[in-house]
Amino acid sequence: MKFQAPIGLSLPRDRAKRLLAGRGQFVDDIQLPRMLHLAFVRSPYPHARIAVIDAVEAAAMPGVVRIMTGADLAGVVSSWRGTHGLFPDMKAPEQTALATDTARWQGEAVVAVAARSRAEAEDATEQVIVDWEELPVLGDAQTALGDAAPSIHAELGGNLAFFAEIEQGDVETAFGDAHVVVERRFRFNRHTGVSLEPRGLIADYDPASHRLTVHQSHQTPHQQQDLYARLLNIPEQNVRVICPDVGGAFGLKHHLYADEMTAIAASKLLGRPVKYIADRLESFLGDIHCRDHTVTARMAFSAEGDILAIDIDDLFHAGAYSQYPRSSVAEGNQIIRLCGIPYRHEHYRAKVRMAYLNKSPLGHIRSVGHPIACAVTEHLVDLGAKRLGLDPIAVRRRAYLRDEDCPIVSPGGIALERPSFHGCLDRALERIDIDAFRAEQARLRERGVHRGIGFATFVDLTAIGPEYYGEGGQHISAQETCLLRLEASGGIRCYTGATDQGQGIDTGIQQVVAGIVGVPMDDVKVNSGDSELCPVGGGSWGSRGAALAGEAALRAGRKLRLNILNIAGVLLQKSANSLDIRGGSVVDAVSGATHMALSEVAEVGHFKPYTIPDGVAADLTVIGRYASRNRMFLPANGLHVAILDVDTDTGLVEFRRYLVVHDCGRILNPMLVDEQVRGGVVQGIGGALYEEFIYDDDGYLRNGTLADYLVPMAAEMPDIEVEHLQTPTTTSELGAKGVGEAGTTGAMGAVLNAVNDALSPFEFNLSEFPLTPPRILRTLGKI
Amino acid sequence: MNEPVKNMRIILRVNGEAVEAEVPVRRNLVDFLRGDLGLTGSHVGCEHGVCGACTVVVDGAIMRGCLLLAVQADRCDIETIEGADESGRIAALQAAFHRRNALQCGFCTPAMLLTAAALLAQNGNPTRDEIRECLSGNFCRCTGYQAIVDAVAEVAEVVEAKA
Repeated sequence: MKFQAPIGLSLPRDRAKRLLAGRGQFVDDIQLPRMLHLAFVRSPYPHARIAVIDAVEAAAMPGVVRIMTGADLAGVVSSWRGTHGLFPDMKAPEQTALATDTARWQGEAVVAVAARSRAEAEDATEQVIVDWEELPVLGDAQTALGDAAPSIHAELGGNLAFFAEIEQGDVETAFGDAHVVVERRFRFNRHTGVSLEPRGLIADYDPASHRLTVHQSHQTPHQQQDLYARLLNIPEQNVRVICPDVGGAFGLKHHLYADEMTAIAASKLLGRPVKYIADRLESFLGDIHCRDHTVTARMAFSAEGDILAIDIDDLFHAGAYSQYPRSSVAEGNQIIRLCGIPYRHEHYRAKVRMAYLNKSPLGHIRSVGHPIACAVTEHLVDLGAKRLGLDPIAVRRRAYLRDEDCPIVSPGGIALERPSFHGCLDRALERIDIDAFRAEQARLRERGVHRGIGFATFVDLTAIGPEYYGEGGQHISAQETCLLRLEASGGIRCYTGATDQGQGIDTGIQQVVAGIVGVPMDDVKVNSGDSELCPVGGGSWGSRGAALAGEAALRAGRKLRLNILNIAGVLLQKSANSLDIRGGSVVDAVSGATHMALSEVAEVGHFKPYTIPDGVAADLTVIGRYASRNRMFLPANGLHVAILDVDTDTGLVEFRRYLVVHDCGRILNPMLVDEQVRGGVVQGIGGALYEEFIYDDDGYLRNGTLADYLVPMAAEMPDIEVEHLQTPTTTSELGAKGVGEAGTTGAMGAVLNAVNDALSPFEFNLSEFPLTPPRILRTLGKI
Repeated sequence: MNEPVKNMRIILRVNGEAVEAEVPVRRNLVDFLRGDLGLTGSHVGCEHGVCGACTVVVDGAIMRGCLLLAVQADRCDIETIEGADESGRIAALQAAFHRRNALQCGFCTPAMLLTAAALLAQNGNPTRDEIRECLSGNFCRCTGYQAIVDAVAEVAEVVEAKA
C-alpha cells in the first residue's frame, strides 16, 4: 500500500520554531496566583527509622505556610502498591507519599515544606530536626536475597520480589552434547534517563469546585488523571492533567513519584497551587533508575556454529519499592524473553530474580531490558565464534532466523512477524567493507593502534498491546484515539492521546492526517498533552506513537475525508466516489479538476446543515480509534555496528564509525526517525562507556551531580550513519512499528564487542558496564 | 555587628531595556531573569555550571546564569534568547536548526544557539571537531548532537561564503 505525501517526507516540526525562539513553555515557566513552592527533607541514610520529627522552629521561618509529615497526608492521599496482574507471584510493598516510620533509601522524602518561595522552603527544611535511628543497609541483590538478610519490608516476609523461569527443550542435554560452550558473567551497573529538564509539576486544587488541575512534565496525562482521581478521591471528570512542553523524558516521566504525589496532596490540603521542581541532586537521588543487573549466561554451539542452547540467569532488584503503576518487573522479564531472539535455537532456559533493597526505585527507562539482552546475546555469539575459530559475521548469518522460519514464537515467548536480520546485515556490509577493515586493523595493530569492530543484532519490542497492562490490572491505555475537527474556514484541528517530548510524533500525526484527508501540512494543527481536551490515549512510551497513534489518526482521517466528500457530493450532485481531496480542495477523482475548496464544504456542514439530506454521514468532528488485537508487542529489529579505537595507555575509547540499520516498518518522517535513532545511540553509548551511579559499601550514592555522573557530550560522540529497511507490519494499515528504543538497544552490545575485538590480542575480556578507562586498564592488567 | 545585607538594588540592561530591581543577594542570575523578569527562555538544568542550559550573554560573553548572582550583573548588559531572537542576529542558526531538526525537547536549545553564535562570531569557519569541542559544555540528551553540529556547520559555510 502506498500512502500519499506528506506521509513519508522529511519535514521539520512546527513545535521546534517556538522552542528555537525561547518561547517554549515548560512547567517551571508557569506561575499561578497564590502559588506555593515545595521543598523536601529527605533521608540522608539508605535505611533509617524516623523516630521523632521536630518542625517547630522550621514552621516559624519566614515565608513558611505549612510543614507536612506522612501523618499529615495520611487522610489526604491513599497509599499504593506496584503490583502487576500478569505476574501474580510478584510481591510489592505498600508505598506512601511521604515515608512514615522508616526511610528505605537515601533521598526518600520524609517531610515537605510549603513556602512562598523555593528558597524559603529550602531554608526551612534545614531547620527541621529529624531524630533518625540507622538500620542495617542492604545494598546489593545478592546480599538482599541471602539467608541472613533482614526483610526491608516486614509485611513481605523476605526480599525476593519476583522469580520466574522459562524453559523450552532439553537444555542440559544440549549443553552436554555441544561442541563448544561459552559462559560469561555480565555486570550492568546502574544509570538513568537524565532528562535535562528535571521532573516537576504544579498542582492546583480548587476546593470550591472540587477540581484538580496538574501541570506536569510527564509522558502520560491520562494515566496520571486516573491515578490522581483514585488516590485523592476526586471524581475523575474533575481531574485534568496538562503536560506542557516536556524537556526530555526517556521513560523516567511516566511513573507516579512519591514526592510528586506529595505536592499534589499538599495542594489539596492547602487549597492553593503548589509547585515542585526537582533539582539535579533530587533527580539523581529520586528519578527511576535502570539496569543494575548481574547476568550469568552461557551459550552452546555446534562445530559448524549453530546455536544449540542458551541458559540465562538474571539477578536484579527494584530498589526499595516497585515503581507505580507499571511495576518494576519488566526489565528482568524483558531480558529473559529477549536473550537469543535473533537466532534459531531450540533449547532455552532463562530465570530471573528481583529483590528489594535499600536503593531508590528502579524500573523503566528507555529500552527496558533490551540493551542487556542484546549485549549478553551478541557477546556470547562473538565468544562462541572465537572459540570455534569462525568469523563472527558468518556465525550470525548461519544462525539468524530466516524468512522461512517466520512467523515464529521465540523460545522466550515473543511472536515475530517478519524480522529482517539478514537484510540488515547485508545493508551494513554494503556500507562497511569488512575485509578492508580487517586488513587495516592488522596494519594498525603493528603501529600500536587497537581498533575493533562490534556487531549487535536485536529485536526491539514496540507499541505494547492492550493485553499487557489490561490483563495486568493497570489503568494504562494501549489504545489510541484521534479526534479531528474541520473548522468552518477549512483548517483541521487534531487532538491525539499521544504526547510529544521532542520525538516529533505531533508532526508524524500531522503528516498522516494531511496525507489521508488530502490537505497541506499547514492546514492541520495537532494538539496533545491534555487529559481533558484530548481523547483517551496512552501518551508516549515504549515506541508507540507512530504505530498506535498514527493508525488512529489514519482512521480518523479516513472518516473525515469521507464525510467531506459526502457533503461535496450533495452540493455537486455527484457521487462521493467520483470525488477526491487534493491539496485542500475537492477535485474530480479522474480529471483532477478543482470543484470546491474545503472551506465551502465546511461552511455548509457548519452553518447550512439543512441542505444535507438525512442519512448522509456529514459529521465534521470525527474520532478514529485503534487498539491492536492478539499481540502483546510489535517487534521491530535492527543491527548496530561500532568501530572504535581503544588507547591501551589511557583506557579511553574513541569512535571511528557508527552505523545503525533498523527496520521499523513504514516510516512517516525519515528525518525525525533518524534523529530518534541517533539520540538513542548516544544514550546507549552513555550506558556503555560513561554513565554509572557509584555507591559506597554502606549504600550511599557518591555521584549525585552532573560533574561526576558522566553523560555523553558533543566532543566525544561520533557521527552516526543510519540506514533503514522498511518491512511494514501487516497488523495495521499504516504498517509502522516503533523506533524510540532502537538506538539505545544495540549500543551497549556493539560497543562491548568492538572494545573486546580491539583488545583481542591481549586475551582481554571485559563484560562489566560501563566500560570505563579504569575497568579497561584493570582488565589489561595495567593498573 | 551589622545585620547581613539581604537585598540589593541593581541597575542593568536586559535585551536592550533598562531594568532596575531590588533582588535578594543570594538569587542567581538565571533565577532573576526567569522569575523576576519572566524571561523563561533561559533554562535551569543542573544549577552547578555543568549542563549549560542557563547560558546567557553578559557584556558580550556567554556565561552560566546559574554561576552568577544577579547582583554581579549590576551595570551589565545582558542578552537572553528572547533578545537574540527578536534582534534577528541568530536567525540563520534558528533556521538551520529547524530545517535539520537539531533539537527535540528544546530544553537545551536556547543555550545551544547562544553558544553556537558565540563560536561563529569568533571563528567563521570552524571544523566539525571545533564545533563539537565548543558545544561540549552544553548537554543535550535528545539529539545525539550530530544534527546540531550539522546545523552550525551549515551556517558557518554560509557565513564563510559571504565573507
